[in-house]
Amino acid sequence: MSSQRIVVLAGGLSHERDVSVRSGRRVAEALRAQGLDVEERDMDAELIPSLVADPPACVFPVLHGAAGEDGAIRDVLDMLGVPYVGSGPTPCRVSYDKPVAKAIIDAADIATPEGVVLPHASFRELGAQAVLTAVEDSLGLPVVVKPTKGGSSLGATIVRNAAELPGAMVTCFSYGDTALIERYIEGIEVAVSVIDLGEGPFALPAVEIVPDGGFYDYAARYTAGMTEFFTPARLTAEASAAVAAVALRAHDVLGLRGISRSDLIVEQDGSVQFLEVNVAPGMTETSLFPQAVAAAGLDLGEVCASLVDGAVELDAELS
Amino acid sequence: MSTPVPASGDPSGSMAAHGSRLDPHLARYAARTHGMTASEIRALFSVASRPEVVSLAGGMPNIAALPMDVVAASVAEMLSKRGHVALQYGSGQGDPILREQICEIVGLQGVHPHPDDVVVTVGSQMALDLVTRIFCDPGDVILAEAPSYVGALGVFRAYQVDVEHVAMDEHGLIPEALRDSLIALAAQGRAPKFLYTIPSFHNPAGVSQPAERRAEILQIAQSAGVLVIEDDPYGLLGFDGQIPQAMRAQDAEGVIYLGSFSKTFAAGIRVGWAVAPHGVREKLTLAAEAAVLCPPAYSQLTISTYLATQPWMDQVKTFREVYRERRDATLESLEQHMPEGATWTKPDGGFYVWVTLPPGMDATAMLPRAITARVAYVPGTAFYMDGQGRRSMRLSYCFPEPDRIREGVRRLAGVIEEELELISTFGTAIGAPGTHGAGAPETTAPGPEVM
Repeated sequence: MSSQRIVVLAGGLSHERDVSVRSGRRVAEALRAQGLDVEERDMDAELIPSLVADPPACVFPVLHGAAGEDGAIRDVLDMLGVPYVGSGPTPCRVSYDKPVAKAIIDAADIATPEGVVLPHASFRELGAQAVLTAVEDSLGLPVVVKPTKGGSSLGATIVRNAAELPGAMVTCFSYGDTALIERYIEGIEVAVSVIDLGEGPFALPAVEIVPDGGFYDYAARYTAGMTEFFTPARLTAEASAAVAAVALRAHDVLGLRGISRSDLIVEQDGSVQFLEVNVAPGMTETSLFPQAVAAAGLDLGEVCASLVDGAVELDAELS
Repeated sequence: MSTPVPASGDPSGSMAAHGSRLDPHLARYAARTHGMTASEIRALFSVASRPEVVSLAGGMPNIAALPMDVVAASVAEMLSKRGHVALQYGSGQGDPILREQICEIVGLQGVHPHPDDVVVTVGSQMALDLVTRIFCDPGDVILAEAPSYVGALGVFRAYQVDVEHVAMDEHGLIPEALRDSLIALAAQGRAPKFLYTIPSFHNPAGVSQPAERRAEILQIAQSAGVLVIEDDPYGLLGFDGQIPQAMRAQDAEGVIYLGSFSKTFAAGIRVGWAVAPHGVREKLTLAAEAAVLCPPAYSQLTISTYLATQPWMDQVKTFREVYRERRDATLESLEQHMPEGATWTKPDGGFYVWVTLPPGMDATAMLPRAITARVAYVPGTAFYMDGQGRRSMRLSYCFPEPDRIREGVRRLAGVIEEELELISTFGTAIGAPGTHGAGAPETTAPGPEVM
């Protein structure tokens, strides 16, 4: 490599651009605190020419939403021969599509809520009321309606009565063309991050999420004070081990690399339900991953720098 | 939803009584910060700054039309001659020469104050803040148009003032609606501290009060003993070259006039003013000194030198033509693309068009889809304190090139068409209450830096 600089890639054109920019800034500052030369770049028409003209040692993608998490940028970086932190393009593509990820998770005997996947077109062609009646009869209420792709709870709604379903569907379709409707699972909501610092992946302490309004929506995620976090989560030793095991298994069966965050529900009986996985977890001041890092007694900058080292070493091995 | 799992085997030993809320100052915040929450709608405006997006959202003036070489020369001259003044503290009321110049400018609108009645502020935003500060206690009520300027609503919210919106039509504030509001408030035993109005080229509605309506509104306010705050940043930007007479011209004691150089020169200079009767002016000056000590001398002398040495009114005329061309592009493309049932205002000046969508639609809920389609606007809910405005949106034509405006409206029409199909599919009005834009109105509007 002609450069030892690290490029932190953040921003993009998704609905989560704002979160990505803030996450990217924090990762860049954390890496600079480790004495690394860091450049922050957006995903725009200038990116590829700059990477070709002056290839960095590594790219740290902190992009949220499509193009950032669906594997596209990683395919591009692979074509350019630039190392990057995190999972390869295919695992990202699979993980970003919630129903596809859930199918793989389910095949690995990891519990995940029962649900249906319905594109907008199906409501138009089959009649919305008929479809929604079938959903209610099949899954019961409450259900969670969310876009099949995307994070930050954008477009997601907890529906507790049938009259709310049409509005929830419309809210969902504001963010994407396909909806995932899942049975709502009562329990403790936790996020378990997995990182690999060179000795193999391991789970960080689970972060328990208790939003004041009962739903970890956008405001609850990004307004300090609206959610109470318990890190480590208030789980028994058995349950703690179970969520860690699920997160590690998900990281493994989905083919993930370096860093991931699984969002899980621990039911009253201690069983664990997988909701979704994030290949580029948020790094803002209110995000879950940094809290887990701190609870593990680790430094965010050191963790990020180790992830960079791992990516560079892997690239060298594969070259 | 979250309750600790019953112990089975040994507890982890980590069951803390209190978790972390990631902000050690939670118990210290004032009550007025309630509603200051992260908003997914406001976050969408960070995408609006990307060149791929046609942003009809922000109200940034088109300073590309400003001759930078002339401005630079003006600043250089100012520094060479008065740098020792420009870089020093100055009067809390503002530079005396600039205050005289402001008197000349407002004279074009029939306002003839003494320079001592002018208080220079850091933008007219600060002037509005100071006026609210000196007149309003928490719980007081004021009257504002429906819709009203989002920056003003932010000020009123900050001072914990109740806002009663008064209806407008294509000619601005409706006098009969004002009478009705005053009667209703009187029945509640409440007297509004003032009426806040933008009579010329309204932000966000784009409409203007004709002279006779201004007179009627003033008469109603006088009869009710209600002070009028006239906010007039766009008064010189009428496309027909006619300069509307300010309300202040008809009532020196009952109207406080707010003006600004943001749209006639440059927003970044941050110079505005209040014209107020002497008693008010004294308090405004004291309040201004408490807030900023003095307005920036550098900015004041920059604009003062510019006004004294440059044909500034020619520049205003240049701006008018820039904005007229863009207004025309907007109205033509709205006419061409908007579906049946959509209506919009037809501004004669200023920056904005107010579009109201067909029944059942929700502009706030539609914004994510619009961003996906690479077009941005400000949802109407940003301009109300009471949750109104869901069917409406503000389109700003001040910044993009006319061809971009046309493309933006075309994209917007596509989004509206898709949204109408969604409504048709689900047979419901979109947008569950309490979801999008549930916080302060300003949480559904972009910051000033968004184009």
